[in-house]
Amino acid sequence: MSAGSRLENANPVIFQRSGERRLTAAEEEENVDDPIDDREIFDLIRTINDPEHPLSLEELNVVEQIRVQINDAESIVGIEFTPTIPHCSMATLIGLSIKVKLLRSLPNRFKIDVHITPGTHASEDAVNKQLADKERVAAALENSSLLEVVNQCLTNRNI
Amino acid sequence: MAADTSLLPSLVEEFVSGLQDNKAKEVATGVTEGKFAILQLVEALEESLTSSQPQTRARGIQLLSEVLNRCHGNLTEREVEVLIAFYENRLKDHYVVTSSVLQGLGALSKCKMLPPGSAVSMLRSLFQDVHVQSLMLAERSCVYNMLINLMETREAELKGLGSDFVFGFVQSMDGERDPRNLLLAFQIAKNIIYRGYDLGKFTEELFEVTGCYFPIDFTPPPNDPHRITKEELIEALRAVLTGTPKFAEFLLPLLIEKIDSDVQSAKLDSLQTLAACVTHYEHKDLAEYLDGLWTSLRREVFQTSSEKIESAGLAALTALTSCVSSSVLSSESEDVLSSFLDLVLRDCKHHLSEPDLKLVWPSAKLLQAACSASIRASHIVTSAAMPSLIEQYSNRTQCSQRRTLLEVMLRFLQSVKTSQSPDNDESVFVSMRESLCSTVFSALSENNSSLQITATSMLTSLAQQTGLLLDSDVDVAVDHLIRLLLIEDDDCVSLAVVESARALAQLHPDIFISKLIPRLKTELFSEPMDQDKNRAASGQHSHHAVRQRCLSALAAVSVQPSIVLESTPVLLEVLNSAHTGSISFSVEEVVSTCHSLQKIAEQVEDTVETGLCFHVTVLPRLFSLALQGALQGEKSSGGRSPLLDEQVLSAMVSVVSTSCSRLQPMLAAETAKKVVSLFLDADVSLLPDNSFPSQIQLLKGESWSQSQMVCLLMGCVCSLPRSVEVPQMNRLLSQLEEMSCTCSHHLSFTSAAKCFSGLVNKHPQGEALDSLIQSTLKTVCGELDSTSSTVRTQAFTLLIWVAKALLLRYHPVSATLTDKLFSLLNDSDLGPMAADGFSLLMCDSEDVLNRRCHADIRIMYRQRFFSENSAKLVQGFNAAPQEKKSNYLKALSNIVNQLPKQVQITELPALLTLLLEALSCPDQGVQLSTLSCLEPVLIDPPPAIIQQLEALVSRLLALISSPAMKVKIVSLRCVHALSQFPTHEILPFRARVIRALAQPLDDKKRLVRREAVRARGEWFLVGSPGGR
Repeated sequence: MSAGSRLENANPVIFQRSGERRLTAAEEEENVDDPIDDREIFDLIRTINDPEHPLSLEELNVVEQIRVQINDAESIVGIEFTPTIPHCSMATLIGLSIKVKLLRSLPNRFKIDVHITPGTHASEDAVNKQLADKERVAAALENSSLLEVVNQCLTNRNI
Repeated sequence: MAADTSLLPSLVEEFVSGLQDNKAKEVATGVTEGKFAILQLVEALEESLTSSQPQTRARGIQLLSEVLNRCHGNLTEREVEVLIAFYENRLKDHYVVTSSVLQGLGALSKCKMLPPGSAVSMLRSLFQDVHVQSLMLAERSCVYNMLINLMETREAELKGLGSDFVFGFVQSMDGERDPRNLLLAFQIAKNIIYRGYDLGKFTEELFEVTGCYFPIDFTPPPNDPHRITKEELIEALRAVLTGTPKFAEFLLPLLIEKIDSDVQSAKLDSLQTLAACVTHYEHKDLAEYLDGLWTSLRREVFQTSSEKIESAGLAALTALTSCVSSSVLSSESEDVLSSFLDLVLRDCKHHLSEPDLKLVWPSAKLLQAACSASIRASHIVTSAAMPSLIEQYSNRTQCSQRRTLLEVMLRFLQSVKTSQSPDNDESVFVSMRESLCSTVFSALSENNSSLQITATSMLTSLAQQTGLLLDSDVDVAVDHLIRLLLIEDDDCVSLAVVESARALAQLHPDIFISKLIPRLKTELFSEPMDQDKNRAASGQHSHHAVRQRCLSALAAVSVQPSIVLESTPVLLEVLNSAHTGSISFSVEEVVSTCHSLQKIAEQVEDTVETGLCFHVTVLPRLFSLALQGALQGEKSSGGRSPLLDEQVLSAMVSVVSTSCSRLQPMLAAETAKKVVSLFLDADVSLLPDNSFPSQIQLLKGESWSQSQMVCLLMGCVCSLPRSVEVPQMNRLLSQLEEMSCTCSHHLSFTSAAKCFSGLVNKHPQGEALDSLIQSTLKTVCGELDSTSSTVRTQAFTLLIWVAKALLLRYHPVSATLTDKLFSLLNDSDLGPMAADGFSLLMCDSEDVLNRRCHADIRIMYRQRFFSENSAKLVQGFNAAPQEKKSNYLKALSNIVNQLPKQVQITELPALLTLLLEALSCPDQGVQLSTLSCLEPVLIDPPPAIIQQLEALVSRLLALISSPAMKVKIVSLRCVHALSQFPTHEILPFRARVIRALAQPLDDKKRLVRREAVRARGEWFLVGSPGGR
């Protein structure tokens, strides 16, 4: 973040972080099955770093647990994310980061759909189309400078 | 003498023409021993010194210099004077001689007998005739060392040189590149500044010649023998740059420029240097840069993504503000502090009214950093910021906003705390006392846990500043705390409430005695059905939780002796009612009651008052209740007292042990005496009520309920300070030994063995001890060696505890005992138990043989044990039959697990093959304990592991699909740790690991999936752009 570049949104609204998921007795039980649920998916994506701010997507309210749809039996995941401002130029990058994080973290039986919350971004359709296109996602990840930014978003920050 | 006169020329000859360097040493020895004078040496050198060959002259001077270096202490003033004159003259000679000349001058600079004026003349000729930066590295270093030597001994003379000295130095170091020499040069510069040399008109030159290295960017070459670190250079340079306010006009613009650097370390260095330099400055030095500095600091704190930089920025702001604060106010000039703080407030204050937005915290932190600088700054900042925060708090309705506001206020309260001076201790916040109190009370009555938690911390902060909480406020506060304690289910809230109660009780014990303790007592003794009759089950549950909270609160507030006198009777009353059954308490509640008593004994100040309370009231009551329970246990079969429960007993042991080890040794000795005669002679004088039968035999009783009471005996006699003697030691030991070898009740014989070992550990060295151990050893081995014995387990337990007691104190016999243990690894019945026994040997025990119990524990006994026995273990493993090998592996991982990390890393290479073997051992216990001992080592891997990477990776990946959840989790953690290894080593495994980790992503257990996700995420980053 060099001094010359101005942030698009220098003083965004900050939301509270939800704590660690509480450990239940059933989760420690060897023989009980724990299905993958919306909170688990949310835990995967809430800690992704924003490309601009030293904040997580959860703190910026870009992702919310209620905007996570999951059907473990049918292996379908749907995520809606909300850019902080309608003209956010980072929307595609954020979507890509979410998608990559899920690709790396979920069993490959899942079909993963990431799109913008309807009505929250100026070029919603274009971004959704890019994110849904498998080939374009794969091509994007071949681009090393793009991959670099995505990896930075997915790197654990010690907060 | 004749021999000597011929010896010297021959030595000189051999050195100069024969090029034998070691002859210099011989000559030097001769000079030191007085065989020849230095003048004779010069005469002997005549030929070479006047030679027309510069190389020969150099060689001659080299000999002289080396000799001087070795014996500069023996020279007379006259000799030194002549030599200096000679050397000064030689500086003008051919360049090949310069090196030796400088060496000689360096040696002369160390002379004690330096004639007056010679230091100045040496330096003048040096600065005049030598261009330092065209010399070689070692020669430059020689020049710097010479300067350092002269500065140490001839300060007054050098100062007489005036600014010429500074100029000469500036010229000498200008362009220096070697880090070793830079450290020397920085030291000279520091001396110049701190010892008050006249900088004259060369201030800027001196700054330029050192400041050009700022910020230091230096990476030592690998395997650097000189071990110079970047930090050393940074510290040395910082000391120079920040040393004098005269540098301010040059340094501050440089810092402003470098704070804006793109390199993080440069930013950090600049901020830290800023904080360091302003402590020496006055306002006039930095007046014109204040605006610029503030802009830079604000930008860094607002925009940074690194916590280090943020805290360095805040520290710099604090330093800056305290510098401005200390400027003297004069009537005509403006108040510089308030105008600076106006600037800060102007930029930050408005962000405080947007508690949702990102910049609220950076702004608050900046204000708080300024606030903590001085009392005046605290007044100005808080009176500007706090009223609006308080007002917003009452106007806003959203919980998240109110919480942010409350937390910001809390930080303000905490940040002024440091700037209180003892003589003027009225708090900065006195004027807002009422509104602060009402804010806290309103937050405490909110229904939101995070608000409540912040409010309790704020309450603590208010209480800690004089004059903010009046007695009436404390009254209200205690009411709030009680209410929260009784109704709030959230664990975090009750923890915060209990902590706050602890802090307040320290300051206002009376109010807690009169209000809190009676209220908690009523609550503890109310029957669950009184509250909600309808919802029996959930009511039961919540009632239990309330009781637990009351118990922990009782322990927490008992920080003053006066409170302890009130709280312990309540807890004893609980135990009594639980025993009689008049009010029902669950086992868990009784255990918590004991834990509370133990906590009190642990935290309370050790006074006669509290000592009496525990030794005269609490302990006798405990023993009496336990004995009543034990006696009753036999008669009534239906209503068994909860005091018979093993958990309760061990909780009671911790009360006894803590009081005996910590409180009033004299009283503890008295207690111990009575306890021992209770157990040996059935003397009940300890117990408060005398309704006990006289024929009780606690150490020989057949019933388990009586025999298990031996653990209380252990708690008492094994925790006494070593200065207190245990009465009737020999009788006690023999009865304990007998009991531990004959009794069949597990808790009883284990406790007897522990008690025995606790006494053996503290037993004075000597024959008595040796014969005691021998006889015990004989009994134990006798039982262990007869396979038909029914008490082999008992004998084994005694063996292992005695082994531990002796191992801790380095007793020579302990080796015999551990050898016996090793041999038992092959035993078909006791083998697995022996393997587990090694973890008992290496771990700290909870209730006996630990430092709290004043046990005799030598440092590093674990390392010693390991180094003495690891070879035996490896041998045993190799010799053992296949089915016994797992015992050895388990024993090994038990031992290695407990070693300090440093030792693990050094020992691991030797054991690695065995540990890898253990990973492929089918026993899950062995796998788990090996994994848990590998995991911490992998975080900072020794080279040996990297060499075995292939084997390690394959075994770990195999364990990922283990059927046991715990094995899966720890092996995934290990795979995760591997991802932090040097990239070039692990890159070849990347694809394989990522593929293997796909499967546990779909594990049925969430905890396994979580670890898999973490590990896989990290492995994706290996060798990928933007990753690692």
